Amino acid sequence: MSAVLQNLVNQPYKHGFVTEIESDVAPKGLSENTIRMISAKKNEPEWLLEFRLKAYQQWLTMEEPQWPNVKYPKIDFQAISYYSAPKPRKKLGSMDEVDPELLRTFEKLGVPMHERAALAGVAVDVIFDSVSVATTYKQKLAEVGIIFGSISEAVHTHPDLVKQYLGTVVPVGDNFYATLNSAVFTDGSFCFIPKGVKCPMDLSTYFRINTEASGQFERTLIIAEEGASVSYLEGCTAPRFDTNQLHAAVVELVALDNADIKYSTVQNWYAGDENGVGGIFNFVTKRGLAKGVNSRISWTQVETGSAITWKYPSCVLQGDNSVGEFYSVAVTNHHQQADTGTKMIHIGKNTRSTIVSKGISAGHSNNSYRGLVRIAPTAAGARNYSQCDSMLVGDQCSASTFPYIQVRNNSAIVEHEASTSKIGEDQLFYFAQRGIGGEEAVSMIINGFCKDVFQQLPMEFAVEATKLLGLKLEGSVG
Amino acid sequence: MIYPDSKSLLEVRGLRATVNGIEILKGIDLTVRSGEVHAIMGTNGSGKSTFAKVLAGHTAYEVTGGTVLFEGKNLFELAPEERARAGVFLAFQYPIEIPGVANNQFLRLTYNTVQTQRGKDELDPLEFDDFVREKMKMLEMSPDFLDRSVNAGFSGGEKKRNEILQMALLEPRLAILDETDSGLDIDALRIVANGVNQLATRDNATILVTHYQRLLNYIVPDYVHVMESGRIIKTGGKQLALELESHGYDWVSSEQRAAAGA
Repeated sequence: MSAVLQNLVNQPYKHGFVTEIESDVAPKGLSENTIRMISAKKNEPEWLLEFRLKAYQQWLTMEEPQWPNVKYPKIDFQAISYYSAPKPRKKLGSMDEVDPELLRTFEKLGVPMHERAALAGVAVDVIFDSVSVATTYKQKLAEVGIIFGSISEAVHTHPDLVKQYLGTVVPVGDNFYATLNSAVFTDGSFCFIPKGVKCPMDLSTYFRINTEASGQFERTLIIAEEGASVSYLEGCTAPRFDTNQLHAAVVELVALDNADIKYSTVQNWYAGDENGVGGIFNFVTKRGLAKGVNSRISWTQVETGSAITWKYPSCVLQGDNSVGEFYSVAVTNHHQQADTGTKMIHIGKNTRSTIVSKGISAGHSNNSYRGLVRIAPTAAGARNYSQCDSMLVGDQCSASTFPYIQVRNNSAIVEHEASTSKIGEDQLFYFAQRGIGGEEAVSMIINGFCKDVFQQLPMEFAVEATKLLGLKLEGSVG
Repeated sequence: MIYPDSKSLLEVRGLRATVNGIEILKGIDLTVRSGEVHAIMGTNGSGKSTFAKVLAGHTAYEVTGGTVLFEGKNLFELAPEERARAGVFLAFQYPIEIPGVANNQFLRLTYNTVQTQRGKDELDPLEFDDFVREKMKMLEMSPDFLDRSVNAGFSGGEKKRNEILQMALLEPRLAILDETDSGLDIDALRIVANGVNQLATRDNATILVTHYQRLLNYIVPDYVHVMESGRIIKTGGKQLALELESHGYDWVSSEQRAAAGA
């Protein structure tokens, strides 16, 4: 592989610093007592503690999935701390009272918070280790009836809503990591868009794991009532540690009749060093229920970080004419492993889904697409289109595609296209011979490859995503 | 065309190069002055395409001996992209496909990069669009090709025309055309050759690397060089190409062997 490619894909991780901040960290280990402790710290109602304990009991009987195309040593779940919170100096009333060290952290990360949030026009909820530290724009959103904030707060302020929807899309016993999350989740975002409201701004959550040997188990719940719509952004970073940290989140989306939820992620967890030491294990369950007629759930993800990614943002298309979309760019380098994709479950009539997946592998990494398209017998007239493209950078990496297609209604149309290409010396030489240097060439090739996905990202995220890939976009608008 | 007072553009002396440790070029000497058209002919494997790629700086080849001066400067001190910006252009034998990158975007980036290098203004997308469409007319190209991905799914003829279009945009000092005639039907050959002829001026030079005499009916060379086993074994005027056509490459080889034996 040419030196240019080596340099480009080996850019150091920029978010690897640790914030020196006093934290309230629970002792390592997991037991019923740990769960009671978390629940008590958050002063939770009895029903939620029961929800957690039920999950824990079920989790004890479950086994880690073996089917993903990834390799890692067995995780010792007793060696993880399940709760870590920056110690507040006093109760937070406004952004000004947030620990300045914490604010500096987010400044370093370039999180649009505080005044910058106003400029960017994005409402942000920030999750630091396990707790939500700040939510901007809450007041303004409340005026149109939108509830946006931390889920632990919502448990107290809107218990009925949380109780009504929590665990309805990802049931307690869904899978090993989701069940663990149900038992120990500490915080996350909650968002409720009432009937007929179009959310006037993009909502955003920023996740940060700061403490070594802590796990992050956030829980996000987004509900869009009849005719409501929202665009939600999620960003993630973590400091550089030699040990692996576990991130097992659950995201649930519910869209009622004619509702529209667009969920975008730029995931840049620490990926480990060039020898594969350290990094985040990102084992995440994300699922949207397109419950109502004509509803739409759209996932867009740019996955560049994590030592291991195991993630399948999915859509359950229950309402007639509902639409599911999945647009993904997954980049792996060094010894990173990614097994990611989606599930499109067609239940309602005339449901439609689109899958566009772009995998880029460099170094010694391993990048797999795994996707399920299931057409239930009830899903007359269902349609799916899938496109899975892989790009290899260098000759030490690998890419795999595992499409699963189950069609049980003969009026359905399902299409699948796949391709594999390679950035080679010849392509770079071609650019060079036209005066275009290596970095710019790779940037152009990768941007071209990812174009269909980047187009789906909200503006400021698209910018961040291209930067993340170490890229410069040649201005396509004069 | 040969001008008695023209400057030397390219001076190659004793050039040797290897690929994967195997020596392909075994001492090439060549001088190209501005205004001239040189044809380099030879059988497959004689090293003529390697010579073209070495001049352009392909990373797979290692230069193991000799010197190359381009406008008096050591060419090997320049990275491939610097050579391109300095005015060395290679029309590829097999133009590379770049899926997802639109041709107009690619062409504008390469054009503006080279313009900037020459201290000229860049063109914005609208200005560039007018400019490139004008150039495309010369090559009888359909406008829809601007929106397609670079070379992806192009026919052989379209790819070669795209190469010449890039040459027209970049206005190189030295254009090296590597087997540009291969895979072209007679109409495309005429269009491409016509384009090359229109671009030739007193200040630039062209090296045509070709297997067949056919191209030289359309682009008339001032010099014809015959390569064999990594060396130029014979140099002559345009009539040499015709002799090769009627007698075959063996004829030059045996003539050389006879001369060596004598």
